[in-house]
Parts: sequence; C-alpha cells; structure tokens
Amino acid sequence: MRLEPKPAPSMAVTLLYPAMAILATFVIAAILVMIAGAAPLQVFGLVIKGAVGSQFALVETLTRATPLIFTGLAIAVAFRAKLWNIGAEAQLYAGAVMTIILGTGAIAAPAGILIPIIIVGAMTAGALLLLGPAILKTRFGVDEVVTTLLLNFIFLLFVSLLLEGPLKDPMGLGWPQSERVVAEARLPRIIQGKRLHYGFILAIFSAIAVWLIMAKSVLGYEMRAVGHNPEAARFAGIPVNRVLVKTALLSGGLAALAGVSEVAGLKGNLTLDISPGYGYTGIVVAMLALLNPLGVVISAIFVAGIFVGADAMSRSAGVPSYISDVMVATALLSMVTAIMLTRFRIRWR
Amino acid sequence: MLLDAFDILLTTGFWVAAIRIASPLIFATMGELICERAGVLNLGIEGIMTVGAFTGWFTVYAGGDLWTGVMVAALCGAMFGLLHGFLTVPLGLSQHVTGIGITLLATSLTYFTYRVALSESTSPPKIEPFQPYPVPGLSEIPFLGETLFMQTPLTYLAFITVGLVAWVLYRTPLGLAVRAAGENPVAVEAQGISVTAIRVGAVMVGSALMAIGGAFLTMSAFNSFFFEMINGRGWICIALVVFGSWRPGKALLGAILFAAFDAYQVRLQQVTGGVIPYQIFLMLPYILSIVALIVVARRASYPKALMVPYQKGER
Repeated sequence: MRLEPKPAPSMAVTLLYPAMAILATFVIAAILVMIAGAAPLQVFGLVIKGAVGSQFALVETLTRATPLIFTGLAIAVAFRAKLWNIGAEAQLYAGAVMTIILGTGAIAAPAGILIPIIIVGAMTAGALLLLGPAILKTRFGVDEVVTTLLLNFIFLLFVSLLLEGPLKDPMGLGWPQSERVVAEARLPRIIQGKRLHYGFILAIFSAIAVWLIMAKSVLGYEMRAVGHNPEAARFAGIPVNRVLVKTALLSGGLAALAGVSEVAGLKGNLTLDISPGYGYTGIVVAMLALLNPLGVVISAIFVAGIFVGADAMSRSAGVPSYISDVMVATALLSMVTAIMLTRFRIRWR
Repeated sequence: MLLDAFDILLTTGFWVAAIRIASPLIFATMGELICERAGVLNLGIEGIMTVGAFTGWFTVYAGGDLWTGVMVAALCGAMFGLLHGFLTVPLGLSQHVTGIGITLLATSLTYFTYRVALSESTSPPKIEPFQPYPVPGLSEIPFLGETLFMQTPLTYLAFITVGLVAWVLYRTPLGLAVRAAGENPVAVEAQGISVTAIRVGAVMVGSALMAIGGAFLTMSAFNSFFFEMINGRGWICIALVVFGSWRPGKALLGAILFAAFDAYQVRLQQVTGGVIPYQIFLMLPYILSIVALIVVARRASYPKALMVPYQKGER
C-alpha cells in the first residue's frame, strides 16, 4: 500500500473522518464495557448524564476542563512548532509551587495586585522549567521528548521534597501538604457555592490570546513555519532556534497556569495529587483540537466530560473509571489517523 | 561515613542487586534499540512495559507456568508493537504522538483490565516468581559467580538477548536489512526487500522485548503487580539507547552502569542516614539519564532515517 496526497479536501470530508474517529472510540469503549459485564448503551447514557445531565454535572465538567484547557494550549503551541513538550505535568506543578510560595502570606497585597503577581511568577517558573530542555535541544541536539519526560519525574520528587520540608503545612498533621493560600490569592467562584472558579474565565481568555498570537502575530507565523519545515524556515531567514526558545517559554508558561488555577482556584493548597496526569491528557486535548487554540476549549470540555461522566457512571454501573483513560487514548490514536486520511488516499497495490 | 560509602562497592550484595536492577532495563533497551535501528522511535515503551508486567504476572496468577507467562507478555507486547508499527510505518503518522498515544492506551487498558479481572481484591495477589538458579560450575567462581551466575533465569535470558541481538544485527542478512531500513531505506527497497515489513517486524520484536522487561519486574524482581510500577523505566531505556550509540554492547554497559548507580543510591541513602532528603537520591537516576544524554549528544550518530517515514517509490 502507498499514500497519495489528496487534492484539497471538501469541508464534508474534513469533518467526516474526525467524526468517524470519535465513533470508533465509542465502539471500542462499548466492547470493553461488554467485557466488563455491563450494557454499553446504558453505560454511555450514565456517562452523558454524569457529564452534562444536571447543573451540578455541567459545573463539574467545566471545572475539570479548566486545567485541561491550559495544558492543551501549552501542547498546541509547542507541537505547532514541532517542539515536543511532554513535560506539561512538571510545568503545571511549577506553577502550583509558585502559587504557594507567593500566595501563602509572603506578599501582603489586595487581590487585584496579588493575583497578577502570582500569575506572572507562576508563568515564569513554568517557562524556565521548559527553557532547559529547549536550550539542550537547540544547543546540544538533545531530544526534548526524553528530557521533558524525565523532568516530570524529577520535578514531582522535588515537589514531594518541598512538601515534606520548606513548604510543609505545620498544621497538616504530618501529611505532605502545603499551607492554604490567603484569601486575597484565591480566584473567586463564578457561581456562589459551586466549585467553578475564575480560572475557567482565565482559561477562555488565554485561549483567545493564544489564538491571536498563533493566527495574527509574526511569532505565530514563525512558529508555524518552523513546525512545517525547519530547513525552509531557516533558509527564509527565520531564527529557528530563537523561535523554538520563545515557543518553549510560552508553552511552559501556559502549562503553569493550570497549576495556578488548580491551587488558587480549586483546591486552596498544594498536595502531590493535584494533577491526575493533566499534563499528559493535554496532549490528547491539543491533538483532538487539531492544535487549534480555540478548538482546545471545546476538546478540553469534551475530554473533561468523559472523565467526569465516567466517574459518575463507575459509581453506579460498576465499570472501572479507567474506561475514560482508554477512551481518551483511543480518541487520540483514531484522531491522528483520521487527520491523515483527510490528506492522503491509500492505494493498495 | 565516606569509607562506608566506598565499602558498598566491594560487597557482593550490591553487585547482585545491580545486575538484578539492570535486567528489565536490558530487555527494554534492546527492544527500543531494535525499533530505532530500523528507523522507528517507539515511545510506547513505557506502556508496553506496563502491559508486559501485568499480562505475564496475570497469566501465572491464573494458573499458567512462569515461561508461559513470559510468552504471553511478549505476545501482548508484540500486538501493541504491531499497532505502533502499522500507524507509523505504512500510515506514516507522527512517531512522537503515536508513541505517547500507545503508552496512554496500553497503560489505561492494563489498569482497566486489572480492575475488571480483580475487582474484589484490595491488595494485589502474589505469585511464586522465578527463583535464583545457580549455573552449575560457573556459580562456584568467587565473587563473579555469586553476582552473575546465581541470578534468576530471566536475567540470563537478558544477557543472552544482548548477544543474540548483536549477532542478528551485525552477522545476518536480516540484521543488515534492519540496519539499512534505519539508515537508507531506498537501498533496502532496491534489493527487493519491503521496508514496511522490516520496520513493522522490528517494532513488533522490539515491543515483545520491552514487554518481557516489564514482566521481569512482576515475575522475577517482585511477585506482584502494582499501578505505576514501571515508574519511568521506559523513558530511561530510551536515554540508554542514545547513551549506547545504538550499539547492543554499549547499551548493555550503559544499563549495568545505570543499575549500579541505582543500587548504589539506595544503599547510600542508608549510610547517610536521613541527612539528605530521600527524594534527592530518588531523583539521581533520572538526572543521570539527562546528563548522559548531554554528554553523548555531540557525538551521537542517530540512524539517519530515524523518524523519517518511508514511502515506496519516493526518492
């Protein structure tokens, strides 16, 4: 078999294959549900009900989508320039650590000043964490996939060290957790009494800002050029290495915002389990959105819905909630296949 | 204290542990090496090791014997290799994204299966793992015999695998085809050999070895399966392949050095007695991997067609 480029595909085809990818994901999930001894349609009904079936469910889905929008944006930006940042998990924790350092009383300021300080500080921390692998890539040719992956493990151990040492809550009864951030550092709730907080609004604005950068700015143009063909970009006079470093700073900063949002918006303090792999899931979110920053918002809500819905379903139907991770991974693989099929035709000979 | 820290290196217990820790890394590193030599980066390694760890252990738990468990693990690993190979070779999808996807899929499928199959048990059941098997004669050699020849059969298999991989790669026409597929696929096609078949085959064999590496953990090093027990070993193996310049012998040396370092940090932790936070020690292996990558990066000679999809008839 061989692949032949297709002429520019019609709108219908562009949407048909991704739709088939989502369908394939549900078919595979249905098979697994049957293996687990439950009825697929009933289980999917419970997932949808758990994700969007009530005001509580919807608020929970949007709350879960918030960190995924940030990590999804971080990945979308990096992958667009073919900078393989698999370290969003560590950058998220870098942002979370910075939120605790700045937000637990070190700075006495009203919320209008303290929150911007925290955001800038956290973004700097996340950006610096990805700067290392980016420089190792541009200067020494060290593959950033492996370095960012390994940094996830290193940084999580570092957070563990901090939570048992300098950042440990003296009132925490020995648990590895930090003090709570002060009231001025908390992102307020959008609806009183509900968990959804202004981190979600910040995420939406970030998505719009990233879309503007990618679509309208010189940097965005350069990033796309570098991602498309680095040799051609270099030949056209684009400083490829400098663009990659800028991409890394932007990507790391965005991922760190997920940490700010989870600590200052949702949890109030830092523990070792604030992220159940949001950094890795961000890869799926970004790919499902075809690396489009505005699409990231939609795909993050979709993925969050699967997670929240599967949790609720798992409690009532007894199918392990890991089904949501399987679905998300399957969606990733079938989506990249679908994108390929919109561009190429398979010839069997 | 300094003397204690040095004395560790002279104990046989330390070297026995180092070889044991090296064994899963040797399998998985050889697996990744085969994939990359044929031109395919396999980031599915972490998930495929998880699959191997679970399926091997579960087969034994369900009543199979140990070697059947190893075979099942290898077969399951090869199936994920087939998926990765199909998506990246004939379909030419991004090897980075597909690999991460394979790791996510393999890991989550394993956890799902575990929960479905063992929904009742709160703590993972134990199996009777591989026992140390002293090699007659050779195990009598002082020091060397104890460290190298009183290990479990899977460790011996790991070392045999290195020899086998080296022999096939450098001494057989098949190995030549695999290496050429990773360096100059056009030349392979010119010989009438299918690059697609060679690459997909190499990814399958490599993935089978990764799975055996995972199975070593549940069937030889420990006797049970835990979530997140691979703990980044797959990623370390990718670093070891680069460190070993894509050569089996050098990669073996790298794996043993790395394992010795890992075994050393555990013992050093005890000697230093809590003065330094334990997390620092746990970080060292990962940091060492990054340092190793930086050291060799300048003179690293990647297989020239690594991560370059090949289309028949394209020049």
